[in-house]
Amino acid sequence: MEKINIKICTGTACYVMGGANILMLEDFIPQDVKDFVHIEGSTCLEYCKNAELGKPPFVKINDKLISEASVPKILDYINHLTGKDF
Amino acid sequence: MMYENNATLRRRDLLINIAKLFFEDKLFAEIDKIAVDMFPKRSISSTRCCIYKSRAIIKYRSMAILGFSIEDEQDELMTLSDYAKIAVNRDKVDFPILTVLDEACSSCVKANYVVTNVCRGCFARPCMINCPKKAITMVDGQAKIDPEKCVNCGLCMKACPYHAIIFVPVPCEEACPVGAISKDEMGREKIDYTKCIYCGKCTRECPFGAVMEKSQIIDVIKHLKSGKNVIAMIAPAIVGQFPADFEKIISAIKKVGFSDVVEVALGADITAEKETAEFKERMEHGQKLMTTSCCPAYTEAVKKHVQELGEFVSQTFTPMHYTAEMLHVKNKDAVKVFIGPCVAKRKEAIENQYVDYVLTFEELGALFVAKGIDVAQCESSVIDNPAMKIGRMFPVSGGVTGAIKEVIGSEDGFNPVLIDGLSKQSIKTLKTFAKGLCPGNFVEVMSCEGGCVAGPGVLSNPKIATVKVKNFTK
Repeated sequence: MEKINIKICTGTACYVMGGANILMLEDFIPQDVKDFVHIEGSTCLEYCKNAELGKPPFVKINDKLISEASVPKILDYINHLTGKDF
Repeated sequence: MMYENNATLRRRDLLINIAKLFFEDKLFAEIDKIAVDMFPKRSISSTRCCIYKSRAIIKYRSMAILGFSIEDEQDELMTLSDYAKIAVNRDKVDFPILTVLDEACSSCVKANYVVTNVCRGCFARPCMINCPKKAITMVDGQAKIDPEKCVNCGLCMKACPYHAIIFVPVPCEEACPVGAISKDEMGREKIDYTKCIYCGKCTRECPFGAVMEKSQIIDVIKHLKSGKNVIAMIAPAIVGQFPADFEKIISAIKKVGFSDVVEVALGADITAEKETAEFKERMEHGQKLMTTSCCPAYTEAVKKHVQELGEFVSQTFTPMHYTAEMLHVKNKDAVKVFIGPCVAKRKEAIENQYVDYVLTFEELGALFVAKGIDVAQCESSVIDNPAMKIGRMFPVSGGVTGAIKEVIGSEDGFNPVLIDGLSKQSIKTLKTFAKGLCPGNFVEVMSCEGGCVAGPGVLSNPKIATVKVKNFTK
């Protein structure tokens, strides 16, 4: 399986608008894909400064930018990448 | 886990928008546009019947953020701009501190028991026969409960052999530990302030976000803009509220415009010392027990619901009181703003001569975002007068007990008991304590389960915040 890199923006705008809960993401990644997923928090990625990119919180999964991110939204995308259903 | 919640996010979005408009001097001109920008023509409202209802609710939410009681609305044609002008010109904030948005309230089920379509309309019909109010009839071969007659006794649910009858809670009523929120004749929720203890659980639990705090964010920004000395008194739970070090949070708060930042843990140091002395004295005088007094929702609960426990509540003042008193002695004219996780603190502050305003951590976060401040990128700022460890331990359940233990220095004769979270059940437990059935002699009571780190005004997941507070006080 290809490595999945998840970058969670922990800038204040993202954090206030729900990013605080995304920091618990690791607890929700299924065991069998855990080894392939790398999660890191990042200082402000500045996506919030460009309204065209959508609204915070922002999470980047590989090259895909997810706006208004949430744990279910991220799990859904991981599911899409791995072709697994969980 | 703390679930994602659209009502919370919508409130934060509005707080940020309104704060930003005010900082940029565009509040009066643009506040009425927010609802239209959020729900433009031909957009789809995902939760309400139509965008016009959604816009109306945005207006009511904005009114609460401007600090108004929705219940006081006289003229529906008054614009938010009109309200904003009144808000900016008021001198002080007033009771009540909560407000119910009747338009947002979905008037949840009147009877908590509902017959599902699992019902087979059986011959035995124990639900019907055992109902003391004869509230159940058969309609189209299935049982039906008449909500006008039902008294929510639950006998029908217990009697049904098919488990076809379920309990449907009214979330705000279920969350309220003291039965202070209930339906009016229209089926909409109403708060009875003779019972309310301001714990804020209803604000968090209503799935329609229909109970809100009356924010004081406008009042605080007004003073920040005026160039006055505005001092931030930060509750110790702040340590876990932003993804950055304590020192960076301090400088972020100064960047918002506060002239100084003072730890409420300083006041907690005093509370711990005085409360310990008081405890020893009470025990020497043969008293059976003493409870803490720092949680304002708890002391309110004692006043309104467990009066018999009143004589056992510590007379020591809260950390907020001592902190504000200290500041008042040094700087009488400064505007003093408590920033914390708590709803009940708003009530305490209105009654306290030294505290001017209260903001939640959520509102502080909104101020940061409105001002474009990223906490993690702020330089570290040293706090002039750091608090001791004992004061910084207060915001996690068991922390006050830990602080008292440190001050006493020995565990002899100190038998602490923890009431971690006020609920209908724990209020009953407190009543038994008043009757002499307490298993210890020192009772710490926290209205929020887990302590202040799990308060209604927090930003962080309480689990993460707890770890951060504990590391900070190691």
